[in-house]
Amino acid sequence: MSADERNVAKLARMAGQIADFFRAYPEAQAASSVAEHINKFWTPKMRAEVLAMPEPGDPLVAKARAFVRTGEK
Amino acid sequence: MRPTQAARLIKEVDFGTPIRANEDMVALTIDGVDVSVPKGTSVMAAAMTLGTKIPKLCATDSLEPFGSCRLCLVEIEGRKGAPASCTTPAEAGMVVRTQTDRLAKLRRGVMELYISDHPLDCLTCAANGDCELQDMAGAVGLRDVRYGYAGENHFGDAKDQSNPYFSYDPSKCIVCNRCVRACEETQGTFALTISGRGFDARVAAGPTDFLSSECVSCGACVQACPTATLTEKSVIAHGQPDHSVVTTCAYCGVGCSFKAEMQGDRVVRMVPYKDGAANEGHSCVKGRFAWGYATHKDRITKPMIRAKITDPWREVSWDEAIGHAASEFKRIQAKYGREAVGAITSSRCTNEEVFLVQKLVRAAFGNNNVDTCARVCHSPTGYGLSQTFGTSAGTQDFKSVEKSDVILVIGANPTDAHPVFASRLKKRLRAGAQLIVADPRRIDLVQSPHIRAAHHLQLQPGTNVALLASLANVIVTEGLVNEAYVRERCDLAAFEAWARFVAQEKNSPEAMEEHTGVPAADVRAAARLYATGGNGAIYYGLGVTEHSQGSTTVMAIANLAMATGNVGREGVGVNPLRGQNNVQGSCDMGSFPHEFSGYRHVSDDATRDMFESLWGVKLDREPGLRIPNMIDEAVDGAFRGLYVQGEDIAQSDPDTQHITSGLASMECVVVQDLFLNETAKYAHVFLPGASFLEKDGTFTNAERRINRVRQVMQPLGGKSEWQATCDLSAALGYPMAYTHPSEIMDEIARLTPGFRNVSYAKLDEMGSVQWPCNDSAPNGTPLMHIDRFVRGKGRFMLTEYVPTQERSGPLFPLLLTTGRILSQYNVGAQTRRTDNNAWHDEDVLEINPFDAENRGVRSGDLVALASRTGEISLRAEVTDRVQPGVVYTTFHHAVTGANVVTTDNSDWATNCPEYKVTAVQVRRTNQHSAWQEKNLEEDVSLRRIATPELVAAK
Repeated sequence: MSADERNVAKLARMAGQIADFFRAYPEAQAASSVAEHINKFWTPKMRAEVLAMPEPGDPLVAKARAFVRTGEK
Repeated sequence: MRPTQAARLIKEVDFGTPIRANEDMVALTIDGVDVSVPKGTSVMAAAMTLGTKIPKLCATDSLEPFGSCRLCLVEIEGRKGAPASCTTPAEAGMVVRTQTDRLAKLRRGVMELYISDHPLDCLTCAANGDCELQDMAGAVGLRDVRYGYAGENHFGDAKDQSNPYFSYDPSKCIVCNRCVRACEETQGTFALTISGRGFDARVAAGPTDFLSSECVSCGACVQACPTATLTEKSVIAHGQPDHSVVTTCAYCGVGCSFKAEMQGDRVVRMVPYKDGAANEGHSCVKGRFAWGYATHKDRITKPMIRAKITDPWREVSWDEAIGHAASEFKRIQAKYGREAVGAITSSRCTNEEVFLVQKLVRAAFGNNNVDTCARVCHSPTGYGLSQTFGTSAGTQDFKSVEKSDVILVIGANPTDAHPVFASRLKKRLRAGAQLIVADPRRIDLVQSPHIRAAHHLQLQPGTNVALLASLANVIVTEGLVNEAYVRERCDLAAFEAWARFVAQEKNSPEAMEEHTGVPAADVRAAARLYATGGNGAIYYGLGVTEHSQGSTTVMAIANLAMATGNVGREGVGVNPLRGQNNVQGSCDMGSFPHEFSGYRHVSDDATRDMFESLWGVKLDREPGLRIPNMIDEAVDGAFRGLYVQGEDIAQSDPDTQHITSGLASMECVVVQDLFLNETAKYAHVFLPGASFLEKDGTFTNAERRINRVRQVMQPLGGKSEWQATCDLSAALGYPMAYTHPSEIMDEIARLTPGFRNVSYAKLDEMGSVQWPCNDSAPNGTPLMHIDRFVRGKGRFMLTEYVPTQERSGPLFPLLLTTGRILSQYNVGAQTRRTDNNAWHDEDVLEINPFDAENRGVRSGDLVALASRTGEISLRAEVTDRVQPGVVYTTFHHAVTGANVVTTDNSDWATNCPEYKVTAVQVRRTNQHSAWQEKNLEEDVSLRRIATPELVAAK
C-alpha cells in the first residue's frame, strides 16, 4: 500500500469514527453533524480526499458527503 | 551613589498559626492596641496582624498550632499562668500582654534549654542568617547558658545525606515537630515521625534513610524546619541567597508560584511562594528541586544548521541560522505550495511565545498549519467542554476542592502527575470527603495513609464511556437527577434525549459489566454516592482524553455533572488536570489549526476581519493540519517543512517510527529547544531555546490562572524565544515589532475577549488572574458557569459506547496503558538531567503476577514488549497494581522508546492519540529491540557537532 493509499484509508477510518459518534442521533441530524465536524476540523485537501473516495464503507459517511464543503481558497 | 534597583529577598509574613476563615469577628486588646480577628484565630496570629511578633519556634502559619516549644507564652488578664499564644484562641474582650519581665525570663529559660543541646557553630552553619533559633536567641536576649555545653547532647549524631537535594542533620534538631507536621498536614504523605522519647526523641523517616523511605521529597519539611536540620544542599554549597524573584514553575499544569532565590544570576534554591494562589506555599520534588537542567552541560546555546540530517551540525550566527531557515521555508512553499509548511507550539512555552508562533504561521506562512502539543493530551477537553458547557476549560479553582463532599477521580493520578493539587485533595479527603477512583490501575490515592477510596472502579482500559454510561443510567433510572437544576440551567430537549438514551437497558451497570469488568453493584453504589453525597466534583486527566473516545468521555463527564446539578458553585465542577504547565494557555492562544485565540473558528468572518485588520495581512479561512495530519502528509510527500518550538514529537507522539519517518521525509525541520532532543535528530536548523528561568511571560494553569513568569537570568543562547520567532518572521517577510513580551500580551488582550483586561500591570498588582478577565469580570473568574453556562443552556450530548478498534487477541493478548511518575516529567528532557533519576532512572513495565508467572517473568527481568506497531525491551516489575491482562509503563526515557509500541489510533473528534490502549505481548528477552539498537546508533550519528575550524593567531 502506498503512502497515499494509507492516508486515504486512514481518512476513511477517521470519518467512520466520527460517524460512530453521531450515529446515536436521528439520521438526518447525524449526517449533517458528521459533515459539519469534517468541515470544521479537516483541511480542504483532506475533505477533497473524502469526497473523492469511490465508496465509503460507512453508510452515514456516504450520506454526510453531500454536506461536506470543498475548499474555499 | 544609590543602587538603581533594590534587589531584595522576599520574606512572606508568618502569622504563626492560620488566620481562620470566619465571618464572626472578635475584638481584643494586645499590648494596649485594639484588634479584631476572625473567630478561631489564635492570639499569636492576632498579634501578628498588628505586626507584633511573639517569639516562637514550633509555630508557622502553614501548620496547625502545636504548643510544644513554650516560647510564645503571653499574659492574659484574668487568667493564671502564661498560656501559649499559638494554641490560645483570641476571644472577645481579652487583654493580652506579649512582653513583660516575667515573660522575658521564662522565654530566656526556654532558650537556654534549647541552646544547651545545640552546636554553637553559627558562623559556619548553612542556615546562618536564615535560622529561627538564631533569631529567637536574639529576640529573647539570650546571653549565656547556665547549664553549660558539656552535658549529654546530640552533637555527634550522624547526618543523613541520602536525599540528593537536602540533608538531615539531627545535631541541629530541636524536635519542634514542624517537619513531621508538614509531611502530614501540608503534603499528606506521613513519611516522617518522631522516634524515641524524651532526650532520645529524633526525627525519623521510618526505619530507614530519607531516600529509601516513603518521603516524596516535596520539600515541605525543609521549608518548615526552623533550623539547619533540614537544609537544601544547594544552600550548603553556595550560602544564603541575597535576592529573589517570584516566578512560575515550568512543570505540570498546577502552575505553582516560586521564589527563585538568587545570588547574582545563580539560582540558590526555588522556594514555594506562600502568596501563589495555585499552590499557597507548597511544592513537589520537580518544582522545588529539579531545576538544575536549566544550566546542564547538555544545553545547546549556539544556533546550528546542516544540509542533511546525517551531516554534523555546524555552529553559526543567529542571523545565518534564521536566514537559512527562512530561505528554506520560502523555497519549500515556492516549490510545493503554501500548505507544505507548518509549526508546532509547546505547552512548555509561555502564552506570548505560543501566540507569536501561531501568528507567524497564519501571517508569514499564510496558512493555518499550526498545532500544539495539547493535540496529544487535552484536545478532547477543549472539544468536549465547549460542546456541553460552551467553553474549553475547567470550571473551578483548585481551592474549590476544600468544599467538595464527593470527589470522583477518573483517569488521573494526581499524586504523581499533579502532586501539589493532590495534597489539597488529600487534605479534604482526610477531613471526611468521599472518594471514587475510576482507573484500570490501583493508583496511590486508592489507599494511602488516612485515605481509602469508597469505590475503586477498576475498569478495563478503553471502557470509560461504558462506565460513565452505566453511572448515568443509575442516576436517571433511580430518580437521582437534580431536576430543578436541569430545568433551570440546561437545554431540556437535549436532556430528555440523553435521559432516554442512558436509561436504555444496554447502558445499565449489569449490561456494561461485560465491557468494563466493574461489578454492577459497585457502579450503582458509586453513582448513588456521587449523585446524593453533597457537592460532587470530578477531576480527570489523560486517562480520559487519550482514547479513541476521549472527547465522548469528556462529554459524558459533563453530562453527569449537569444531571446532578454539580456545576456552577464551589466544591463541584468538571476539572481537567492539565499535563504540562501551559496546556490551557497554549490552547487559549489560538495554536490549534482551526481557531484563533479565544477559541474562535478561522471561518468566522468577524473574528478574521479583526485579526486581519490588526495584523495587516489576509488570513486563511480554512482549518489547517493537525500534528498527525502533518506527519501523514509528510510521509505522503506533501508536507515538507516544520518549525517546532519546545516540543519533542519524536519521543512524545505515538507510533515513533511513523513520526520519525515523517520527520525524515521533510526538507527543513527547525527545532527550537534547550537540548538536542529526539526530534532534533531529524532537524536541519537548531535554534537555542530559553529555560523558564530565562523567560519573561505568562503561563496559564489548569484553573485558567494566568501567572507571571519572570526572568531571573539572561537567555544562555543570547536571545529569547519570542525574539527568535520575531526574527524568523521578519526574515520570512512579515516583521513583528515588539520590544517586550508585555506588548505581546497587550495584543492578545486586544484580540481576545476573555483576556480583555489582562496586562502585566494587572498581573503584578493581583499576583495572578483567572480568565475570563474583562469588563464583565474585571478581576477574573475563579468559578465558571455560576448562573448560566457560557453557551447559555447546558447541552447534554449522546455518548454511545463504541469499543476501540485496538483489540487484544491471540498474538497480542495484553492491553498496555501508559502514564507518568512523580519524579519524571513528560519526555524527561528536563528531569532526566537532574538528580530525580535517583528515584526513577529507567522506564519499567508493570505486569500482574498472574501474567508474569505465565511468561516466567520476575521483577527485574528484561522483557520484550511488542505490539502491532513495534517492539521495545525494558525491565519488568511484577505488581498487583495492574490487573491481569493489563500492563503499564511510562515514556520518560528516550532510550526505552515506549511510543514505538503505541499506535496511531486516535480520538474521533480531535485526533488525540490513544496512548492508553495498545494490544501487546510480553516475553522474556536478553537483548535490546532492533529499534533500540538503531536508536542508540542514531543517538551518536545524528547528533554530531562539527568541531569549529581552528584559526591561526595573527
